[in-house]
Amino acid sequence: MAAKSLKEKLAILADAAKYDASCASSGTSRRDSLGGKGIGSTEGMGICHAYTPDGRCVSLLKILLTNFCVYDCAYCVNRVSSNVERARFSVKEVVDLTLAFYRRNYIEGLFLSSGIIRSSDYTMEALIRVAKSLRLDHDFRGYIHLKLIPEASPDLVTEAGLYADRLSANIELPREESLASFAPEKDAGVIKKAMGAVRLKLDEHRAGRGDRKRPPRYAPAGQSTQMIVGADGASDAEIVGRSAALYGGYGLKRVYYSAFSPIPDASSRLPVSKPPLMREHRLYQADWLMRFYGFEAGEIFEGAEDGMLDLALDPKLAWALARRDVFPVDVNRAERGALLRVPGLGVKSVNRIVSLRRWKRLGLDDLKRLCRSVEKIKPFVVADGWSPGGLTDRVDLKGVLPPEPQPVQLSLF
Amino acid sequence: MHVVSLASETDFDGWRAGARRLRLAGAPPHEAAFSVGGQALFDAPLPAAEGQAFSAPRAFLDLAERVILHRKEDRFDLLYRLLWRLKDEPNLMRHETDADVADALDRAKNVSRAAHKMKAFVRFRPVDAAETAFCAWFEPAHRVAELTAPFFARRFSTMAFSILTPDLCAHWDTQALSFTPGVDRSHAPKGDEIEVFWATYYASTFNPARLKPAMMQSEMPKRYWRNLPEARLIPDLMAQAEQRERAMVRAGPTEPARYAEKALRRVPARSADEDRAPGSLADIAARLDGCRRCDLWRGATQGVPGEGPAQARLMFVGEQPGDQEDLSGKPFVGPAGKLFDRALAEAGIDRSDVYVTNAVKHFKYELRGKRRLHKTPDAGEVQACRWWLDHERRLARPRVIVALGGTAARAVLGKAVAVTKVRGRPLALEDGAEGLVTVHPSYLLRLPDETAKAAAYKAFVEDLRTAGRLARGTAA
Repeated sequence: MAAKSLKEKLAILADAAKYDASCASSGTSRRDSLGGKGIGSTEGMGICHAYTPDGRCVSLLKILLTNFCVYDCAYCVNRVSSNVERARFSVKEVVDLTLAFYRRNYIEGLFLSSGIIRSSDYTMEALIRVAKSLRLDHDFRGYIHLKLIPEASPDLVTEAGLYADRLSANIELPREESLASFAPEKDAGVIKKAMGAVRLKLDEHRAGRGDRKRPPRYAPAGQSTQMIVGADGASDAEIVGRSAALYGGYGLKRVYYSAFSPIPDASSRLPVSKPPLMREHRLYQADWLMRFYGFEAGEIFEGAEDGMLDLALDPKLAWALARRDVFPVDVNRAERGALLRVPGLGVKSVNRIVSLRRWKRLGLDDLKRLCRSVEKIKPFVVADGWSPGGLTDRVDLKGVLPPEPQPVQLSLF
Repeated sequence: MHVVSLASETDFDGWRAGARRLRLAGAPPHEAAFSVGGQALFDAPLPAAEGQAFSAPRAFLDLAERVILHRKEDRFDLLYRLLWRLKDEPNLMRHETDADVADALDRAKNVSRAAHKMKAFVRFRPVDAAETAFCAWFEPAHRVAELTAPFFARRFSTMAFSILTPDLCAHWDTQALSFTPGVDRSHAPKGDEIEVFWATYYASTFNPARLKPAMMQSEMPKRYWRNLPEARLIPDLMAQAEQRERAMVRAGPTEPARYAEKALRRVPARSADEDRAPGSLADIAARLDGCRRCDLWRGATQGVPGEGPAQARLMFVGEQPGDQEDLSGKPFVGPAGKLFDRALAEAGIDRSDVYVTNAVKHFKYELRGKRRLHKTPDAGEVQACRWWLDHERRLARPRVIVALGGTAARAVLGKAVAVTKVRGRPLALEDGAEGLVTVHPSYLLRLPDETAKAAAYKAFVEDLRTAGRLARGTAA
């Protein structure tokens, strides 16, 4: 077998890494390369340098160090029993490629993961070597996201956070029972413990108000995780509940949802069908409701059937239709929290309403300029010169509202 | 009509000086105009600006600096109109829904977006093989080259580069930024080998099973495509996507290679020994994570085992692990644990001499937003977990068992008792040990009144002293 060229390896190891949805490069410490020996900066906002036709952004060079793996996780393209082509980068190859891409302004940094080779510690050490070389040998100040190998020793988890902006360990499946059956070598308990350990480290390194000396930097962009949607039978309520527990327990910055997608050389144990993209989209919306709109996980499913989100309806609108007793809200008086629950009002719109109403009474004309569609919010708000009257409680309200532009989900055959 | 002459399309200082003069002269918006590079023209001589200053709000100036970078011709007029109106409407800038203000805000947003897209879509190409200097050709949606250049200087401080645009060219020599007039696209540099790697990456990271081209285009508008090397691949990637997905689905599963079967045989089967009596405290610690006697394992991170010498004379039983204990896997490390340690020390007891554990081994909580709030375990959960506690008692054989709080008392005594009624006196336990009930340290933390807290703490330390005496066999 001829040795693979670097380009062939890149094709294989990028393909192998693309099922991880995370690509964020935001929310880390602000820094730049001025006064340093290398290049790189992070200025708060993440930057998406390109978009692929799947609508996903390309922010980081997202690759695996190797797709050789001793694990046999049924949902994974890299499981040991899959016959995909295998490749392995050297540490230097990844470092050089990252810097070459970064210099050309293709990327914000590196997201490095790996199949498990030899042992968890061996694999984790190799990942850390890449990050360490970028930081110490090249004074690279761009973004680095390292995947945690949960089974690796705690010392390595600690070390990874010294070089990485973000760490992530994937919880993989919403139900722990399904993980046990689909990923026999993985243990949800071990993954949770790794996330717990990172959380404690993050807390420990967070500068206290009274601290004279700032503690050393530790994964300033925090940790995240990913759940595969549609590979086991978990309901949306189970998934969102799981996310809530993960956010609460481990202070995660993000939970990513990845619609289970057909993979080359699939396992016979999992559905080979069109990925449930719409369901994934609704779950992200529900996740947003928890993180930015003050909803508790359970509330989101008030009125939902069998714990499943309505695919045809934005979950916030679905909630509002089920809870008309709290509407309409007066945009000139209601508390911020109540405004956030109006379907069609985003966080920015609410902020603008709250600041503007100190100066004038808001009518529909104002709302037209403050939100995307005033028709959508009309049944749920009272404004100067406007009251929805019986509109709020109309049985056919769903039909009266302007339809949400539906991303069409094509059938495969 | 008065016409102010501006030095360039982005001559903010020129606009500001001219607009100030016009407003001082009382020239209404419909009698004022701005022309780039043209001849200034005034119907009547304008008074000099000196000495007659007026102030414009900071919010207006910040906004104007952005808006002037917008490509739409009438931006100077819009800004002058706002400046004019500010005379009578000093709070105008707060009225975000006013037509002029909204228009200006919208243009500023578009300018910011253009600057952000410039940060994203500039593609550098090396000028020489040694990669000592880089060059990029870029066509920004608005005139943001000067605004955005410092970002690139901060990011690539050790790398000399030029960014060429039709409006303006920015140059960084690793020390300072400089600017030269705009050029046309014939000056665009040529790509190198790494660009082929980039294209390879772009094609490989795309998932054909998730085609969403509208999403791509809204974030990466077509106007940028011709200067993005990777965009050349888009038509082919889209055309082949459905076919590739079909092929994956049709191919179906294959037989694993032989090395895979070998690797799979190495995985140890999970043992199912839920009911086997633990042989040691270490055995308990190892098996708690797998405990399914109740449902609390689901929300918790891990089972938190007891800690301390196997032959301890004194065993303390708390209620359940808290947030910190759940994360670290160690008992009594959170705020209540710290208070407990302090009280123990005051009672003359060394924590390393005692065995501490909990009635319930997994953390039970209620989520409030992003916080996990302690929730008292119910009788069923306490009963389920007694299996472990009883084995701990059997294996450690302590002389004295101290139950901290009601839940622990229920677990140790096997029945619900009122802590206040039984606290502080020795109780004979069935296994021959002596029992003692006191409050849980978290109860002390919750007391709002400082005097009550101090008294309760004192009583708690006294109970611990009693326990210490009982353990040493010196109790009265």
